[in-house]
Amino acid sequence: MSEILLRFLIGGAVVSAFALLGDLFKPKSFAGLFGSAPSVALATLSLTLSAEGARYVATEARSMEAGAIAFFIYASVVSWVTMHYKWRALPVTASSILLWFGVAFGLWRVCLQ
Amino acid sequence: MKIHVELNVVQQTKWYEYALRFLFGGLITATAGIIAKKFGPEIGGLFLAFPAIFPASATLIEKHEKEKKARRQLNGTKRAAHAVSVAAAGASIGTIGLAAFALVIWKTIPNHSPWLVLMGASLVWGTLSMLLWQVRKRFALYRRRIRRAPVRD
Repeated sequence: MSEILLRFLIGGAVVSAFALLGDLFKPKSFAGLFGSAPSVALATLSLTLSAEGARYVATEARSMEAGAIAFFIYASVVSWVTMHYKWRALPVTASSILLWFGVAFGLWRVCLQ
Repeated sequence: MKIHVELNVVQQTKWYEYALRFLFGGLITATAGIIAKKFGPEIGGLFLAFPAIFPASATLIEKHEKEKKARRQLNGTKRAAHAVSVAAAGASIGTIGLAAFALVIWKTIPNHSPWLVLMGASLVWGTLSMLLWQVRKRFALYRRRIRRAPVRD
């Protein structure tokens, strides 16, 4: 339980720090880079490294490749849809999460399993 | 537009907007850990590149853009959608850096100092993302110039 709480606190702090950087920088396209910063990865991997060791972290990083490709497709679709249809941000970004799941697990099944 | 810092954004953002991001960030990090424990690092690793706070950040960008336009009694719907689109385009460039970050860790961490690898991978993410952003910006400028150039027979 204490490990989960520690993950929650460190993850929250690291993600918030990157989000704040994203707020501060202009132009918006540059600030957007911080939206895909390895914030969750840095918080998780540094904790996992101490508990499970380098081999475990390497396996996680290998799967992260599939997650990053899925994130690329997710962000590209969100960008295209909001530019062309002017829909509201929350429905587009939230529903496109399903796309992330589909691509990430599809790639994992086809290439990494 | 050149890269610069706008500190007044910190005052525009409300305390609950920071709290929301902290909550989402904390939840996804804790969930990634739980999933890795239950299903193994192969599945847990996928969530290290989960767009954890992207929906919250995009909603905030949209809200701030609309507020800016509303202060001038204008409808900011189109402008807000454009701002979200531009931020998402930036995020998609950053994901290439994110993939490079993961690649560096995957290939080098078993045989090198783990903390150095994490620092090096972060450096790779930052450098590659910024470089690709510059390339995209220059390419967009070049395309704009080509479109504006007079056609000669």
